[in-house]
Amino acid sequence: MLEVKDLHVTVEGKAILKGLDLTVQPGEVHAIMGPNGAGKSTLSAVIAGKDGYEVTQGSILFEGQDVLEMEIEERARAGLLLGFQYPIEIPGVKNIYLLKAALNAAREARGEGEIPAPEFMKLVREKSAEMQMDPSFLQRAVNEGFSGGEKKRNEILQMLVLQPKLAMLDEIDSGLDIDAMKVVANGVNSLRSADRAILLVTHYQRLLNHIEPDRVHVLVDGRIVKSGDKSLALELEARGYDWVLEESVA
Amino acid sequence: MASEEMEQLVRREYKQGFVTDIESETVPPGLDESVIAFISQKKGEPEWMLEWRLEAYRQWLKMTPPSWAHLEYPPIDYQAISYFSAPKKPEDRPQSLDEVDPKLLETYEKLGIPLHERAALAGVAVDAVFDSVSVTTTFKEKLAEAGVIFCSISEAIREYPELVRQYLGTVVPRSDNYFAALNSAVFTDGSFVYVPEGVTCPMELSTYFRINAANTGQFERTLIVCDNKAQVSYLEGCTAPQRDENQLHAAVVELVALEEAYIKYSTVQNWYPGDEDGKGGIYNFVTKRGDCRGDRSRISWTQVETGSAITWKYPSCMLRGKESIGEFYSVAVTNGRQQADTGTKMIHIGEGTRSTIVAKGIAAGRSDQAYRGLVKIGPRAKGARNYTQCDSLLIGDQCGAHTFPYQEIGNSSATVEHEATTSKIADDQLFYCRARGIDEEDAVSMIVNGFCKDVFQELPMEFAVEAEALLNVTLEGSVG
Ligand SMILES: Nc1ncnc2c1ncn2[C@@H]1O[C@H](COP(=O)(O)OP(=O)(O)OP(=O)(O)O)[C@@H](O)[C@H]1O
Ligand SMILES: [Mg+2]
Repeated sequence: MLEVKDLHVTVEGKAILKGLDLTVQPGEVHAIMGPNGAGKSTLSAVIAGKDGYEVTQGSILFEGQDVLEMEIEERARAGLLLGFQYPIEIPGVKNIYLLKAALNAAREARGEGEIPAPEFMKLVREKSAEMQMDPSFLQRAVNEGFSGGEKKRNEILQMLVLQPKLAMLDEIDSGLDIDAMKVVANGVNSLRSADRAILLVTHYQRLLNHIEPDRVHVLVDGRIVKSGDKSLALELEARGYDWVLEESVA
Repeated sequence: MASEEMEQLVRREYKQGFVTDIESETVPPGLDESVIAFISQKKGEPEWMLEWRLEAYRQWLKMTPPSWAHLEYPPIDYQAISYFSAPKKPEDRPQSLDEVDPKLLETYEKLGIPLHERAALAGVAVDAVFDSVSVTTTFKEKLAEAGVIFCSISEAIREYPELVRQYLGTVVPRSDNYFAALNSAVFTDGSFVYVPEGVTCPMELSTYFRINAANTGQFERTLIVCDNKAQVSYLEGCTAPQRDENQLHAAVVELVALEEAYIKYSTVQNWYPGDEDGKGGIYNFVTKRGDCRGDRSRISWTQVETGSAITWKYPSCMLRGKESIGEFYSVAVTNGRQQADTGTKMIHIGEGTRSTIVAKGIAAGRSDQAYRGLVKIGPRAKGARNYTQCDSLLIGDQCGAHTFPYQEIGNSSATVEHEATTSKIADDQLFYCRARGIDEEDAVSMIVNGFCKDVFQELPMEFAVEAEALLNVTLEGSVG
C-alpha cells in the first residue's frame, strides 16, 4: 500500500531523512518511535506533501502511484490522511463546514456526488458521539479555543468521517488525559480494517497498549534503524534508544 | 511557495468581463454648461434642478482633485469623458421583465444574477440601473401600498420635486469635495427612496449598477430618506464589463434618518479591476454619507468591495440626533495591481451617540490598500462611544495593507477604543485544509471567508451568499 524507498529529505539545506525505507501493507498498523528530532514528523509531513521539504533522493509510492507527483489535496483524496501533531486553528470557519468540504472533495474525486445534507448530519453526529464530542464542537471555528485534547479528538473525528486508506497520526496521544486516550484509541481502532492501514508516530508504549501495532520501527537520525513486532516497543520503553543506536552502528 | 509559482497563480481573468452591445445615445465627450443643459433637458427636469447643477459645475471648476489619498493614478482628462449615455429609447421603459432587452437579461444571466428568478424568489424589488437609465423597476405596487417611494432619481425629480428638493444635497453639499461637485453637476441616474413615518419597508430594496458604454463616466446619485420611526434595508451591487480605458465612477449616496429611523445600506461591489497591470479597470470615487438627523436614529453601512482599479471611498455617518448610532462593517479585497483607499468617518455631534467600525482588509497579488478611519467627537457629544476594529490579511508577500486611524476627541466624557491586527494567510492553515483534500483555491476562500465572518453576518442573507461568491472570484489563484 505504502512503499517508501531510500528517502532522502532536506529542509533548508539540512539533511533530515537520510535513506529511509518503509513498507506498509493493507490491514497493518505500524508504529514509528524514536528520539526527538529524529525526523518522524518530517516523514509524515513529506508523505502528506507539506511545502519546504526537498526530496533529494528516493521514492514514495501509494497504491502504486507516485506520491511525490501528486498535489497535497490529491494525496488526501486518494486516502492518504495526516493527523496533525499540532492541529491548526482557522478562525471563522466552522468545524462542520471544513468536514463537509473535505468529505465532498474526496467524494467528488471518486466520481460520487455531494453527500446529501441529512445523511451528512447523521454521519457527523454519530462520529462525534463516538469521539465523545459535544455536537456544539461542530459549530465552533476549526480548533479555535479547543483544548489540546479536544484538538486531538477533532483530528480523529475527521478521520472517522473521511475514512482514509492510510491514516498517519503524529503523536495523537500527546496531551491526552487517560480517559481521552481511550476515546482516541477506540476511534483509531474503529478505523482498522483489512483494506486500511495506520501509521502511528508516538513516544509512548501507553498508546500501543490500546492500539496494538503489527510492526514497530525505530527512527534515528533520518533512518529506520530497527524494526520488530510490538515487543520492540516494550523493550524501548524499558531500555531507551541508546542500545538500538549502538546495535545499528555495530 | 516559490514566488514565481505564486506569480503564476495570481494571474486570473475577470470572469465577468464581457460587453453588452446595446446602442447608446451618447453626447460627445467633454463638459461645459451646454452639456449640463442637455442632460437636464434629456431628463425632463424642472428649471431649479438645472440651476442646481450649474451652480455645482461652477464650484467644481474652482476645485482641485484630492491628492492625499494613498493612491497613484494618472490624471483624469475630464474633457475626454462622455457625460450622457442612455439605452436607445429611454421613454419606452419596459413595464415588466418581458419587455426588457433580452441582451440585458443575458448579461445578468452571465453575471449569475437571473433577475426574474432573484426578484421572484427573494421578494426583492430590483431597480436595475443600466447605462445611467433605469430600465426596469419591479414590485412597485407592493411598495406603493406601503407608501414607500422607490424610483429612479430622475423620476423622483419629476414626480416628487418637493421631497427631492428638501433633501438633495443636504447631506453631501455640492461643494463637499471634487467628485461630489462633479456628480452634482452631471449625475444622470440613481435611486430615490422615501419611507414614510412609521413604515417598515416590506422588502429589501436592491439596485444593480452596471457600467457599460465605453468611455462613459457613471455618475449615480442616490438619496434615501427614512421618516420618523421608518426602516429600510437597501442593497447595492455592481459589476462591469472588461474595458481598455479606465472608467471613472463618481457616485454620491445620501442617507437621511429622521427620529428613530433605521437605514441599513449594504453594498457588494465587483467592478472590473483591470488586467494584471491595472489597465482597464474602474476608477471609483464615491461619496457616501448618512445623516442621523433624528434622535435615536441609526445608520448602518455594510460593504464588500472586490473590484475597481482604484477605490476611494469613505462611507460616513453624521451622528447629530441624540443617542443616534452609526455603524460601518467593511470587507475590502484587492488583488493584481488594485489600489484601495477606503475607510469611514464617524462624526459624533449629538449627546450619547455611538459608533462601531469593523473593517477587514484582504490584500493579494501586488495590490495595495489603506484603511483610513476618522472618529470625531464634538464638544456637545457627551458620553459618545466608538469601537473600532481593523484587521488586515495579506496573501503573499508582494501586497500591502496600511491602517491610518484618526481621532479628534473634543469631549472628555467620550470613550474611543481601537484595535488593529495584520496577519499573513498562514501557510499552515492552507496546508491543514489541503491535507484534508480541499483544493488550494477553496482553502483560501474558506480561510478568507472565515476572516470576514464578522462583516458577512451583517449582510442580508442572500447578499451574504453573493458576497462569498464574489470574494472567491476575486481571490481566484491568489495563493501565497
Ligand atoms: N522548517 C524547518 N527548518 C529547520 N529545521 C527543521 C524544520 N523542520 C524540521 N526541522 C528539523 O528537522 C529535524 C527533524 O524534525 P521532526 O519534527 O521531523 O522530528 P521528530 O522526530 O518529529 O521529533 P519530535 O519527537 O520532537 O516530534 C529536527 O532537527 C528539526 O529541527
Ligand atoms: Mg514530531
